[in-house]
Amino acid sequence: MIKYLLKRAALTLPTFIALMFVTFAMIRLVPGDPIEVRRGERGISPERLAELRHAMGLDQPVWKQFLDYVWALLHGDFGTSIVSKTPITTEFFTLFPATVELTLCAMVFAIAIAVPAGVIAAAKRGSIYDQSMMGIALVGYSMPLFWWGLMLILLMSNTLHLTPVSGRVDLIKYYYPQVTGFFLIDSLLSGEKGAFLDAVRHLILPTIVLGTIPLGAIARMTRSSMLEVLEEDYVRTARAKGLSVFRVIGFHALRNALIPVVTMIGVQLSFLLAGAVLTETIFSWPGVGNWLIHSIERRDYPALQGGIMLIASLVIVLNFIMDMLYGLINPRIRHGR
Amino acid sequence: MKTRHLIATALLMSTMLVGAAAQAKSLVYCSEGSPENFTPAMNTTGTSLDAARPVYNKLVQFTPGTTTVAPALAESYDISADGTVITFHLRKGVKFHSGVNGFTPTRDLTAEDVIFSFERQWKPEHPYAKVSAGAYDYFNDMGMPDLLVSIVKGADDLTVVMTLKEPNAPIMANLAMDFATIQSAEYADYLMKKGTPEQFDQIPVGTGSFQFVDYQKDAVIRFKAFDGWAGKPKVDDLIFAITPDATARYAKMKANECQIMIAPNPADLADMGGNADIQLLQQAGLNVGYLSMNALKAPFDKVEVRQAINMAIDKASILKEVYQGAGQAAKNPLPPTIWSYDDSTVDYAYDPAKAKEMLAAAGVTTLTTDLWWMPVQRPYNPNAKRMAEMMQADLAKVGITANLVSYEWGEYRKRLQAGEHQMGLLGWTGDNGDPDNFLFLLSCKADGTPAGQNIAKWCNKDFDAKLLEARKITDQAARSKIYAEMQAIFKKEAPWMTIAHSTVFEPVRKEVTGYKVSPLGAHEFQDVDVAQ
Repeated sequence: MIKYLLKRAALTLPTFIALMFVTFAMIRLVPGDPIEVRRGERGISPERLAELRHAMGLDQPVWKQFLDYVWALLHGDFGTSIVSKTPITTEFFTLFPATVELTLCAMVFAIAIAVPAGVIAAAKRGSIYDQSMMGIALVGYSMPLFWWGLMLILLMSNTLHLTPVSGRVDLIKYYYPQVTGFFLIDSLLSGEKGAFLDAVRHLILPTIVLGTIPLGAIARMTRSSMLEVLEEDYVRTARAKGLSVFRVIGFHALRNALIPVVTMIGVQLSFLLAGAVLTETIFSWPGVGNWLIHSIERRDYPALQGGIMLIASLVIVLNFIMDMLYGLINPRIRHGR
Repeated sequence: MKTRHLIATALLMSTMLVGAAAQAKSLVYCSEGSPENFTPAMNTTGTSLDAARPVYNKLVQFTPGTTTVAPALAESYDISADGTVITFHLRKGVKFHSGVNGFTPTRDLTAEDVIFSFERQWKPEHPYAKVSAGAYDYFNDMGMPDLLVSIVKGADDLTVVMTLKEPNAPIMANLAMDFATIQSAEYADYLMKKGTPEQFDQIPVGTGSFQFVDYQKDAVIRFKAFDGWAGKPKVDDLIFAITPDATARYAKMKANECQIMIAPNPADLADMGGNADIQLLQQAGLNVGYLSMNALKAPFDKVEVRQAINMAIDKASILKEVYQGAGQAAKNPLPPTIWSYDDSTVDYAYDPAKAKEMLAAAGVTTLTTDLWWMPVQRPYNPNAKRMAEMMQADLAKVGITANLVSYEWGEYRKRLQAGEHQMGLLGWTGDNGDPDNFLFLLSCKADGTPAGQNIAKWCNKDFDAKLLEARKITDQAARSKIYAEMQAIFKKEAPWMTIAHSTVFEPVRKEVTGYKVSPLGAHEFQDVDVAQ
């Protein structure tokens, strides 16, 4: 197992190096200069532009900027935002709990519905339930998030008045300190009556929107994986032994069927971080996705480089953990068979 | 018994507090984004300036909803006979916010604070000049470094004397702009001693109507009412709910989650107009959208060609199609809401036949040119691409082939400034309501080369001389006369085709009273009340 882990860890190193290069290069390939973008129609004199570019180190040759960037990264320095003049790590980790909270809620929502739905669909293969469930999953999987979010706001908030439109908290009623950055926890810690429920209400719509795509994907994957496993000899044997349907499906089949589903959940978690960009924008959710979008608009190179590197690193770590879990579930993998 | 008594008292007090909290009046403003910081001198975007404005004051200020300059921290000022020395008399007893970031002021506002606020932007050796990598764009753009000789304490602590190199009529309008905000020198010292000077720009302390409480990036900015020199505002809490998407802002407004919002989606305006819960306030914008013709490139160096282009394009159709009626045709480089606007100017009538004749007379029978359009939506031009396409079609009718060109916004502006274009769309939103702030866009330097903002690259000695002359006169009527003459020169020479002045819309909830739309694009809440 340790050998397997070391091998996996060694493989992530080239990924990091490639990432450093790609984030640096991609941002510079996008036209637009961080200083000129901010000036708009006011414009700027060439002398003043040169002065500011010099102050930000943007007048250095690109290779030198890259080496400086790598050197700083190796020292754990992700840079300082050109716009807010705040260290990238401070900005990132202030906003990151909001993204994690939303992502986890979306994932729990997706798994809680998708796995049982997929299992039932497989058990009742070919039935109306199966067909309609997979039809809904396909629609969910292909749903444009922006449209879906706005539709839900119009229906749930503006027409039925069931949920708030956006944000994380009722700004007029509640004002409590951010201890962990996770409002579900902070609202409880605050001891303010109704604060937790308020945080939950604010999470409902973004959770549904962000959870829709993984819900569809996981349900479909669970169904097909279950169908495969249900054909296996040991399942037939279990049935022949007279075990109840619940035990056959719940214990014998599901555990084996979950292996590809866990992988899928890992992949979907990475997608969720990307999907959060749109969801956060629609719901004014103060997370890293929203922040990255603004950084692109403002050509805030350090924020983009640092932010993408931090997210990518987390995705790599996540994949690494998924690989480990996969190894735990399936001994053949950790033993290299 | 004693314990029980204490608990009872505590319970009673907490009930009273809850009762008081329930009665607190809150105003939520749906803003567009996070501020870059809270020091107006370092910012140029409306989002950042709006976020800092509740906290601060300036020596003079614009009366809300107008461009009229009125006294603020300076209750009066005298200008010397030669116009070069301005003496400000500060208000007595102006308090700074107390308790923000652990700071308790020990004194009221004095000349020291005013001098600090200007010298930070002006003198590179100032201890705060480089804090937060300070770049003081507006201070430089408004020509302050070239104009200032000194700013010193006068006869007493409440007198500030500002000496200028030459008389400058627009100076008071400039000083009402946000870059001229007065900050606390004592707070700056406090933070410097604490070793955290950068907090000066992140956790603001001022004299304004609202005291800073908290800021959570991309989420919320909280202020509470401050009973200062201008009196207590009508609401107790002012909350900026940062909501980047215009559709989400409107949805929040409908749900009464915010009462005032910035920048409505043009597509939502009709719905807002018909919504009984919402008042759709509007005001003629202090802006102008124009098509500039590069006078350094043939055939646009010929005045007849520029005039012909003015006649070849159907402005009325553009107003209908692009502005959807939310704008008025522009005939002057100044918007009509600004003093000295010359209403007697006669615009070029749409006349393609005459345009063709004039082009032929100028020796232009066939012409291939470029036509640049901005890649962004601006207050003065909601859809530059559509506008360019309409112009392209109109120009084709007079034998001109216009190729449409665009670049990323920063790049676009840079290339226009470099004069790479032949024809290009741009515009301007006024900073301070002074005519100089629009007419300088067409000015040239002393050596006869176009200044940076002059993308028409058109130089006219008479026009430049008048611009400088008007700056030295303080009498508004005399300045107006000169500006009228300049508008006449502009119209005859036609370096731009002036297109439109757009209307600015701001939706507010029906419960809101006292809110005024600022022609300068500012959002101010001092006089706003909410019925609850």
